[in-house]
Amino acid sequence: MADQTTNAWPANTGPADLISPGRKRAGFALMAAATLGLLAVIALEILYKSEVTTLGFETWRPIVYAYVLWGVALGVGQVLTRGEDGQRALFLLPALLFTIAMVIFPTLFGFYIALTDWNLSSFSGRKFNGLDNFWQMLADPYYRNALFNMVLYVLAVLVEYVIAFGLALLLNAQIRARKFFRVVFLLPLMLSPVAVSWMIGKSLMEYRFGPAATLARHLGWENPAFFSNPITARISIMVLDAWTFIPFMMIMLLAGLQAMSRDVLEAARVDGATTWQTFWQVTFPLMLPVSVTAMILRIIFKLKLADIIITVTSGGPGGATDSVSSFIYREYRDRSNVGYGTMLAMAYLVIIVVFVTWLLKFANRFVRNVN
Amino acid sequence: MSVQTTDYVASEIRSPVGFLANRVFIYGALAFWAFICLFPIYWTISTSFKTAVDVTQGHLIPFVDFQPDWKGWRSLGLSPDSIFQTSTVREEFFKRFMNSVITSVGASSLAIVIGSLAAYGLTRYRYQFAWFKNEDISFFFLSQLILPPVVLALPFLVLYREVGLLDTRIGLILLYTLMVLPIVIWIMRDQFNSIPVELEEAALVDGLSIWGAFLRIVMPIALPGMVAAFILAMVLCWNEYFFAALLTSTDAKTIPVMVASQTGSQGINWWSMAALATAAIAPLAVIGIALERYLIMGMTAGAVK
Repeated sequence: MADQTTNAWPANTGPADLISPGRKRAGFALMAAATLGLLAVIALEILYKSEVTTLGFETWRPIVYAYVLWGVALGVGQVLTRGEDGQRALFLLPALLFTIAMVIFPTLFGFYIALTDWNLSSFSGRKFNGLDNFWQMLADPYYRNALFNMVLYVLAVLVEYVIAFGLALLLNAQIRARKFFRVVFLLPLMLSPVAVSWMIGKSLMEYRFGPAATLARHLGWENPAFFSNPITARISIMVLDAWTFIPFMMIMLLAGLQAMSRDVLEAARVDGATTWQTFWQVTFPLMLPVSVTAMILRIIFKLKLADIIITVTSGGPGGATDSVSSFIYREYRDRSNVGYGTMLAMAYLVIIVVFVTWLLKFANRFVRNVN
Repeated sequence: MSVQTTDYVASEIRSPVGFLANRVFIYGALAFWAFICLFPIYWTISTSFKTAVDVTQGHLIPFVDFQPDWKGWRSLGLSPDSIFQTSTVREEFFKRFMNSVITSVGASSLAIVIGSLAAYGLTRYRYQFAWFKNEDISFFFLSQLILPPVVLALPFLVLYREVGLLDTRIGLILLYTLMVLPIVIWIMRDQFNSIPVELEEAALVDGLSIWGAFLRIVMPIALPGMVAAFILAMVLCWNEYFFAALLTSTDAKTIPVMVASQTGSQGINWWSMAALATAAIAPLAVIGIALERYLIMGMTAGAVK
């Protein structure tokens, strides 16, 4: 991960004491008024929704506007009270306020929903049921199966990496029309996964007329049904996903190869190393940091895998290709089971946060040991 | 027979035969992968010109195997003979198309603005909010990258219904901004780190304010990085399906959702499906090919030190 603040200036270099007390007071008053206003609007809306007062708004949307206004007031207040330091804080505030509002609140809300029994198709509405969803989750063989599939899908990244590395080496070789090949190899990444699922997964790999099936028949596979048997279905999904995402790793690895100094390779050759030896003893170790970054980013994207599965197989046959995301998607879409689905999602969040943290630690140690 | 050349690949190979074999292998592999990348696209485009029989018999080459027909495009109302007639499908398509354009451009722009500001602040100044320092704030932003859409989807469904943002383009724009913000910050931080601080110091001495220095000195230099981040964000937003499928129903439906919902009562009309898929991927394919340099720049930001 890139190192930041290497050339940051020390704070508090500005003339902080030039701010008049009156301006300071105005700033604090503005921030206080804004905060009070925001709290008042929220309180009013809560009272209205719980039918204590008749004065209020139909939806919670005014709260959103109030929050935006509060953010603006906070920014102005910062500049008024802290001068140049406030102006600096202004760079960070919009993104910070936005992310906090968009992530923290929904996530907390999500943890609450996860503890409720809430089915949109039943009339009983939402009711708190503690850890029931959690116990149900532990006993759910389909969820375990989806998690197991995620392990397989993540392992497939290794194969994608090998192919991407090979392609990067090809593009880095002395070839003509390098730009043409680079653009062509990059194309799959820009295509919508849904369109890809339809046109490749459902059409090109179609059992009766798809060219891929025809080719497979010619190659001697008598019954090329790509999505009917659990193992081939999983492999087909992995291939589809790999097709769209290999360019991503390829481009990163290519950048790494191009940044490598020619002198090292030159030295290796002068020492009489063969191509094979040069690759394994020089290129590959030097490429490790880039490789690790590329793989971690790829794994993070892989953990979100859903679109292709939802469109091509809907998790079938019998849940064999389900990723966690697609499973939860169907839990919601087909069974309207919001409470249980959210519990599954939150459990997944915890699992991948632990996993990615471990991965980053492991990668750090791994890369450092090599260098 | 050892010929020393400057070509480092060629000089590995010490005989002309070996050199030739090496070339054949490299170009063979390149051609093979180019075929793998291009054939599905070719299949998509060609299928949109096929009739039912041509699809089910797997015909591949136009004019030899099958007679191209505007069938797929006519069903979308976009063929030469139907383009001037009224077509409900075309209206529907343009509505979805505009939804996609507005949400992806809107989200990418918003993310670029607040992401660049945050990235600039984080590379240039030291912050401390309570016990959170720069490193923690950076980590907070970047860690959003691992948040899978499925975690946010259901809470947002409920929240948006309460706030009245369900099935609106604004709602999607806000979510997509959240989705691409970590990537934008990642790219822009890398950009600003590569711009020497001395430039701004000189600007400050010349009497510009902090914001003046940022807007008039740093921004123009960082513009290529912003374009790169914008394109990458565009690609991600344009292709997003998960949130759009859950949070939109009639008004704000985007192109991927329209593509995914094309199942008729009597099976799939492959020709119209293919035409729709082609129309869905074409804008990005064009942008990607034209601005490939920026796309690569965005993807490799921070990867190589």
